[in-house]
Amino acid sequence: MVADAETVQKLRHPVLAFAARWLFTTNHKEIGSLYLWLSFTLFFIAGGMAMFMRLELFEPGIQFIDPLYYNQILTLHGLVMVFGVVMPAFVGLANWMIPLMIGAPDMALPRLNNFSFWILPFAFAMLLSTLFMEGGAPNFGWTFYAPLSTTYGPPSTDFFILGVHMMGISSIMGAINIIVTIVNLRAPGMKYMQMPLFVWTWFITAFLLIMVMPVLAGVVTMMLTDRHFGTSFFQAAGGGDPVLFQHIFWFFGHPEVYILILPGFGIASQIIPTFARKKLFGYHSMVYATIAIAALSFVVWGHHMFTTGMPLFAQMFIMYATMLIAVPTGVKVFNWVATMWGGSMTFETPMLFAIGFVMMFTIGGFSGVMLALVPADIQYHDTYFVVAHFHYVLYPGAIFGTMAAVYYWLPKWCGHMYDERLGKIHFWAATIAVNLTFFPMHFTGLAGMPRRIPDYSLQFTDFNMMSSIGSWLLGLTQIFFLYIVIKTIRGGAKATDQVWEGAEGLEWTIPSPAPLHTFETPPVITDGHK
Amino acid sequence: MTSCPGRPKLGLMTLLLWGVPQLSLAAKMDMRPGVTEMSVRIQQIHQMGLWVCTVIGIIVFGAMFYTMFAHRRSRNQTPATFSESALVEFIWTLIPILILVGMAIPTTNALRDIEDNDNSDMTVLITASQWKWHYQYLDSGISYYSNIATPQEQINNTEPKGEHYLLEVDYPLVLPSNKKVRFLVTADDVIHSWWVPDFAVKQDAIPGFINEAWARIPVTGTFRGQCAELCGLDHAYMPIVVEVRPAEEFDAWIEDQRIAAELAGEAAVAARAKTWAMDELLPIGQEVFFKHCATCHERDGMGQGAKYPALAGSAIATGEIVDHLDRVMNGKADTEMQAWAPQLSDLEIAAIITFERNTWGNDTGDIIQPITVYEAR
Amino acid sequence: MSAQDKRKHIFMLSALAVGMFGFAFAMVPLYNVFCEITGLNGKTAAQAALIEEVNRSISPVDREVRIEFLASVARGMPWEFRPLQNELTVRPGEMNTTTFYVRNRANKTVTGQAVPSVSPGQAALYLKKIECFCFEQQELPAGGELEMGVSFFVDADLPANINELTLSYTMFLVGEIGAEKIASHHE
Repeated sequence: MVADAETVQKLRHPVLAFAARWLFTTNHKEIGSLYLWLSFTLFFIAGGMAMFMRLELFEPGIQFIDPLYYNQILTLHGLVMVFGVVMPAFVGLANWMIPLMIGAPDMALPRLNNFSFWILPFAFAMLLSTLFMEGGAPNFGWTFYAPLSTTYGPPSTDFFILGVHMMGISSIMGAINIIVTIVNLRAPGMKYMQMPLFVWTWFITAFLLIMVMPVLAGVVTMMLTDRHFGTSFFQAAGGGDPVLFQHIFWFFGHPEVYILILPGFGIASQIIPTFARKKLFGYHSMVYATIAIAALSFVVWGHHMFTTGMPLFAQMFIMYATMLIAVPTGVKVFNWVATMWGGSMTFETPMLFAIGFVMMFTIGGFSGVMLALVPADIQYHDTYFVVAHFHYVLYPGAIFGTMAAVYYWLPKWCGHMYDERLGKIHFWAATIAVNLTFFPMHFTGLAGMPRRIPDYSLQFTDFNMMSSIGSWLLGLTQIFFLYIVIKTIRGGAKATDQVWEGAEGLEWTIPSPAPLHTFETPPVITDGHK
Repeated sequence: MTSCPGRPKLGLMTLLLWGVPQLSLAAKMDMRPGVTEMSVRIQQIHQMGLWVCTVIGIIVFGAMFYTMFAHRRSRNQTPATFSESALVEFIWTLIPILILVGMAIPTTNALRDIEDNDNSDMTVLITASQWKWHYQYLDSGISYYSNIATPQEQINNTEPKGEHYLLEVDYPLVLPSNKKVRFLVTADDVIHSWWVPDFAVKQDAIPGFINEAWARIPVTGTFRGQCAELCGLDHAYMPIVVEVRPAEEFDAWIEDQRIAAELAGEAAVAARAKTWAMDELLPIGQEVFFKHCATCHERDGMGQGAKYPALAGSAIATGEIVDHLDRVMNGKADTEMQAWAPQLSDLEIAAIITFERNTWGNDTGDIIQPITVYEAR
Repeated sequence: MSAQDKRKHIFMLSALAVGMFGFAFAMVPLYNVFCEITGLNGKTAAQAALIEEVNRSISPVDREVRIEFLASVARGMPWEFRPLQNELTVRPGEMNTTTFYVRNRANKTVTGQAVPSVSPGQAALYLKKIECFCFEQQELPAGGELEMGVSFFVDADLPANINELTLSYTMFLVGEIGAEKIASHHE
């Protein structure tokens, strides 16, 4: 039975019909929307946690959250943002856009697609429910180092492990789906080097996912057996080593952070050419640079471990490899600027977010190069300097990239234009708030404030106050974004099929809103890459 | 500025190059240079990285702002059509590589020197545990624990916070100036990290393993740091304070510690010889309990959930004294309940146990004497 | 492309995922092997040096190296554990022995395992133990005490820039036998 919108309308009971449609859908557009809504919901939950943390950090002393609870909120904030917000958002965009961009009727494995999604609400419900379990939620940071997490973790740690397994399976299946789709379902005549950059970046991301999510599964399984089945992977007592945990975790962890940004690069590469009315500069370079970044990401995991007592030659190798990643990343930034150069630019909201992405991600990239310098890293490691770095690449990076994509493609999805004036207000308010929140963290880190503390000494007060105020503003701007999205879906100026004057690509050849079924007959590809 | 002759521009540049770092440090914005030769070199590497990134940023963002101005639709109706150039790609791949190589050279040299722990003048063994530091001078055998000294009242906002809020300890690490000090760092439970920003020393304390670092501090003074690896509940509350004194003063201090240890030994003998009354032990017990135990078990003895069990009405606090002694003295494996035998004196342990057994409704009436604790060691 | 191709791709990608899961576990022995070969992380061999190595290396070199000995107990381990010698100055290639003292303070039989760690990490390769109490578990009855020896030599190939070493042992709790046995003695 095909459980799509038309078929289930035949079911009498409206609630059942609604539930059946969304529970059993195998349609890439509907599943894409499910992922995006899940991500948006978890964004508010994890964001709320951040705002709560910043409430405690507004002033020195313990006012609202005691350390026991603070460590739990901190851990869940990280886990939900990484696994529940950024990754599902990008998967949602992939689901919506990849079939459209390659001229395919759907993903290669539609039922697997449905299953990949539906694992997640259960995984996150379980993860969030650990807050109410005996002993509290996991409280060891999203990086869950041993032995704090293995020997000293609360009972809910085992639910955390199960949740990670579930999310991992979802990601792996999703990634297999994406690769099989891209390899097999491109419209006839579309060569690899003609695919849109968003498809390319997701293609590469999917390989990263398949290679490293199983490593995460391995390390949490080792955690489980250390906790309950008498093994000693990470305990010196039994001949194990806590540092081994860090090696295995970061072998996953570093490619993971590239998983969290590459689709964002793809989005910028779609949006900037559209609004510059000029082709993407250096298409081939962009593809090779992305591949280089992905390949290099496997040999730099040690840069998270410079203070663990690594030998000199290992530190040197990792330092050089990490610095090297700046090269292909820089190439991408230069190519975006070269795309803008000489163009005929207009600055609608998607373009604003895309440009904001490029600039602020670059700031995060700069602090990344600084972090690579081992001697300096001795002073940066585990301070707010690192927190500033990764929030810059994740928030103005991945999140702004996602918002840019939403503004860009929402008219195609729902058939209405968003309100341009409101969109611009959202952009400027979010940009100011994000910088007010995270830029001062560079300074608190340089001044010597460690990470993951609910209370701090007096000299850090001013910058912490700024960050806290910024974070609350940031939260408000995102509620505003929700309002804009809902308002657009419910109504607004009718969107044309083309939507954006300078846009090129197969997704703009179908009607707005996109019909449930598209490209049931493959399109004919004649001209060059889009 | 477009048509000024060279000198004022050069002057401005110099002023900026000199002034901005000074101002930014003054404004608490930059990394401190610290007090050792190594920490100054590290700050310089940081500034090198910062300047390189700033200049590249100015160029790239400058280009972006320019193009957003000059190539906007209203100023440039017809977009250009170029979309690739192998030469340009080559250039902007090569130049960053050269810049990175340039940065890598001084950085590698500094790294080599940081890792050279050899030929030290003295060694200190630093053992981290939840949530305090233990310092042991290997050459003289002096050792002691260093706990945070900030009162709970300041943390709870019932008293105003002191100048060194969260950065003060009861017994700081004392070091001689102008000697190469080797730090051996380890832990006995989870991973911690010993960090003193003024020395630019940060080394993870890993249970079961030893890490090394070194510092030669050419000045005297007091320097403060913090634990730099999430280690559980009180990660924010395990500061590090180092007092650096001239070498002769340091030697005198070591001698004082030896004498103090002997005196403490004599006091312990006296304490053992005496039979203590309940009303003598209870105040001591409460003081020590509030200092060391209340962070987990709470002042009202109610604990914090299953992880930090309540002592009021607990089986151990109302059961066999032998088990109570064992738990307090030896801790509980694989939990945060640590062994207090090495950290507290016989009198302190006897006082705590007496306190726990006779407070919050635990009316055992038991009085534990220091001699009992001594015999259980 | 065809359904057959799809199936082939799904199979290959799934195999890759499974393979990477196995790789995570393979990293454990790989890491140990790598550490033992390179001496990374201060891991020194948990078994005795081979007799060939001993014969090859026992010819004292005219150079002095200072070794510090450290001992600590892990959380919950009710033993007193300390080196009887805090340090020793040795020549590479020369056989040496040092002793550690251990006493069980608990009122039950306790088994412990000592785990060594050498600093600096690179020196771990060059510290060869012939006999060590860390090669096996130690069981002590309540109140029992023991002096345990380590016979070792520093390989003559120790790099010139290493003149100080630290050999540290952490004693971990392996198992305890209850106090009932002891109580019955006193009945």
